[in-house]
Amino acid sequence: MKQYEIRLTGSGGQGLITGGIILAEAAILDGKNALQSQSYGPEARGGASKAEVIISDKEIVFPKITECDLLLALTNVACKKYLKSLKKGGILVIDSSVDKPDRDDITVYQIPIIETANEKLKKSMVANIVALGALNKILNLVSEKSLENAVLDRVPKGTEELNRNALIEGRNLIV
Amino acid sequence: MSEIKLMQGNEACVAGAIHAGMRFYSGYPITPSTEIAELSAELLPKHGGKFIQMEDEIAGIAAALGASLTGIKSMTATSGPGFSLKQENIGYGIMAEIPIVIVDVQRSGPSTGMPTSPSQSDIMQARWGTHGDHSIIALYPASVKEIYTTTIRAFNLSEKYRTPVILLMDEIIGHMREKIDLEELKDIEIYDRKKPTVPPDKYLAYKVSENDVVPEMAAFGEGYRYNVTGLVHDETGFPSGNEVVADKLLKRLINKIENNKDDIVTYEEYMLDDADYAIVSFGAISRSSKVAVNELRELGIKIGMFRPITIWPSPEKQLSELSKKVKKIYVVELNAGQYLLEVQRIVSGQCKIGKYGKINGEIITPQEIVSFIEEDIYA
Amino acid sequence: MPSELITNYFRTETLPHIWCPGCGNGIVTRAIVKAIDNLNISKDDVCIVSGIGCSSRAAGYLDFNTLHTTHGRALAFATGVKLANPKLHVIVITGDGDSSAIGGNHLIHAARRNIDLTTVVFNNSIYGMTGGQYSPTTPTGDKATTAPFGNIDPNFDLCELANAAGATYVARGTVYAVNILEKVIQEGILNKGFSFIEAVTTCPTYYGRKNKKGSAVDMIQYLKENGVMYSAWQKMSDEKKIGKFPIGKLYSKERKEYTEQYQMLIDSLGKERN
Repeated sequence: MKQYEIRLTGSGGQGLITGGIILAEAAILDGKNALQSQSYGPEARGGASKAEVIISDKEIVFPKITECDLLLALTNVACKKYLKSLKKGGILVIDSSVDKPDRDDITVYQIPIIETANEKLKKSMVANIVALGALNKILNLVSEKSLENAVLDRVPKGTEELNRNALIEGRNLIV
Repeated sequence: MSEIKLMQGNEACVAGAIHAGMRFYSGYPITPSTEIAELSAELLPKHGGKFIQMEDEIAGIAAALGASLTGIKSMTATSGPGFSLKQENIGYGIMAEIPIVIVDVQRSGPSTGMPTSPSQSDIMQARWGTHGDHSIIALYPASVKEIYTTTIRAFNLSEKYRTPVILLMDEIIGHMREKIDLEELKDIEIYDRKKPTVPPDKYLAYKVSENDVVPEMAAFGEGYRYNVTGLVHDETGFPSGNEVVADKLLKRLINKIENNKDDIVTYEEYMLDDADYAIVSFGAISRSSKVAVNELRELGIKIGMFRPITIWPSPEKQLSELSKKVKKIYVVELNAGQYLLEVQRIVSGQCKIGKYGKINGEIITPQEIVSFIEEDIYA
Repeated sequence: MPSELITNYFRTETLPHIWCPGCGNGIVTRAIVKAIDNLNISKDDVCIVSGIGCSSRAAGYLDFNTLHTTHGRALAFATGVKLANPKLHVIVITGDGDSSAIGGNHLIHAARRNIDLTTVVFNNSIYGMTGGQYSPTTPTGDKATTAPFGNIDPNFDLCELANAAGATYVARGTVYAVNILEKVIQEGILNKGFSFIEAVTTCPTYYGRKNKKGSAVDMIQYLKENGVMYSAWQKMSDEKKIGKFPIGKLYSKERKEYTEQYQMLIDSLGKERN
C-alpha cells in the first residue's frame, strides 16, 4: 500500500478533528501506521477547521500533507480554500450543500452528509461519522470492523447505536 | 501484550513524565501546550500526585520548584510567552540546584505572534533566557515515541545533575498524533536524586562528596534542615559575598553540565557515512530534512542529516568531526537562524555553512529543502 | 548570653543579621519563633519561605527548612511546598513590596484558595533593600527616593485586601505590641487555611528619615500611640479613628482548606500515594 493522505475540512464544531483521530486509530487497529494532525484558528466553533490523516504501511516521516489524495469538504469556504491542494486524479467528497467545483481532473462525490445526520439520524453532531462511513466505502482504507471499533472507542457512552447507524448511513450514501 | 495506540505528542509527554515519576504539576494554560496541563490534571490525582493551575506562568514554575524541594518530581509546561515569564525562576532552579522539567512547546513569536502556528525560535531563549552565566540542558525530541522517552530522560537528567531541564517541543510534534507501543517502553530506567548518606548534623546541603557530581539532596521535612537561596552561597547553603566562594560555585554549576557532555549529549546520524553534504536539523523540521535527504540522494547528491536530540549542551565534538568530513553543512530550522550561530561557532571555518529558515508560521516542506540545496550545490 | 529562643531556633553562625540599627524586623522574626515555640512544633516540620527584600533575609537566620526565593514569589513557591507535603507548617515571610506589588497576584490567589499557609508581612512602608523607594503601602503624600515630591499613589490596607480575597484568618500586630503579634501569629499557624498577619515594623533608615519620623524609638512610640485593639477600635467614632489603625485579630471565617480538598479528590479516585 502506498502512503495515503486525507484532508478533512469544514468549520469548527463539525467534529472533523475527532473524525481524523478515529480514522487514524482504525488504521492502527489494522496494524498500519497513521499520523494525524490538525490546524485551527482561535475559535472552537464556526472557524475554518482542518484535520489531516496520513496512512501507510511504512514509517511516516514528514508529518504534514502538501497535496492530498482525498479531500473532504463540508462547507463552501473550506472547499474553495483547499481544493487546489487536491492531487490530480484525487478524490473530492463534498456535502450536497457545497457547490460542485470546476475541475475535471478529479473524481467528485457530492453526497448529503449533513442532511443525513440532521434528517435521518436526527443528530447534526454525527455528520463526521457519516462522512467517515462514506469515505471508507470509497477508499476501503481500513477494515469496516476496525473503523467501527475506533468509532465506538471515541464516542460518548450511550451514543454507540447512533454512531453505528451513522457509519451505515454514510456507507449507504455511496452506490 | 502489546499496548499500541494513537497518541498525541503532548499526551506522550505527560505519559512519559508519569512513567519517570512525576507526581506534581503546576502551570498556566497556554496554546499549544495546554493538553499537557489538562492531562496532568486528570492523571496525577489518580496516581496520588498533585496538579495545580496557578495564577500565572511565574507561579507555575515557582510552585513546581517548591514541590521538588519536598522530594517530589515536578514539571511545568508552557509556550513562548510563558517561557519568557519563567526565565527568572529557571535561573533560581539552576542556582539552588533544584531538579525540575520545563516543557516549552514552541510557537511563533515574538510576543503573542501566531499562537497556533509552529516555530523553533526559542532555541536561544532556552540557552540564554535566564540572566547570568550558566549552563543548561535542553532536549528536543522529534516523534511521539521519542517525546515519551525524552521526557523520561529529561527527568532523569534533572535528578542526576540537580538542575532544571528544558524539554523543547514545537506545535507540530506537540499536536500531532502517532502510533506508540507503550509495552515496548515500559522498562525504561528511572533515575532518582541521591539522598543524603550522612546524618543531619553532618549534612552540608551544597557540598559535593568525592566521586559525586552534585550535592546529595535532602527533602524538606525529612529532618535535614537547610537553607535554599538564589544568592551565591557556600557549601552550607548560606549566602556569601566572597569572590572565591562565588567563583567556585558558578564554575561548579557550569562544569557539572559541560564536563559531562558524553553522558548528556544524544543525537541521530542519518546517511552520513559517505556524505559530502550534511543537514543539521531538529524537532519536527528534522522530519522534513530526512525526506529531503532521501530525495536528494535519488538525485545523486550524497547528503545526510545530523539531528541533535540534546540541543544544549550542543554536540560540539560530533559537529566538529562532521565539519571535517563534509564540504558543507546546511542548518535547516524553523526560525531566522539560531542554532546556525552555534554550528558556525563549532565549525569555525572547517567547512562551508548554509542555512534555510522560515518565520511565517508554516512548516518547512521537504520540497523546499530539496530545491534550496539542489540549487545551492549546482549554482 | 543570648536567650534560649535564639540558641534553639536561630542559626547563630549566620548572625549578626544584616538589618540596620533600629529596624523592627528582628522583633517580628523573634515573634514568629516565639509563636512556633509556644506551639511546640518540631523544627523539622516547619518550612519558612521568603521572597526578596530586607524582611526575606530572615529565613536564612532561622533553623528550619528555609527557602529564600525570588522577588514576589514566596507564596507561589510556598503553595508548591504545602501542596506537595501538607504535613509541613509553611510560614511565609515577606515584605510590603514583595507581597503586594510584585507578588500581589500570588497573595490574592493564595487567599482565594485558602491554602494552609501563614503569611507574615513585615510592613515597613518602603523598599528598604534598594534604598527607600515607595511601596504600595507607603501612605499617600509621604516621601521616598522615587517620590521626592510626595507619593501621589493611594496606599493599600493589606488586611482588608487579604480579607476580601478570602483569607480565613486576618490580623495585624506591631513591633511595639509584641505580645499581640506573637498571639496572632500563633493563631494564624493554628488556623487551618490561609492566614494573613500584617506586622507593622519600622524603617528608621529610609522611611523614617525621608519623612522626618524621628528616631527608631520615636517610630515605635508612634505605633504604641496609634495602634488600637480591634475591640476598642470597633467602638470608636469615625472622627477618632483618623490617624489610628486597628491591631489584633480582625477577621476569621470558616472555609474549606485547599490541600485537604485535594486529598479528598485523591482519596475519592481511590489510589494511595506511590
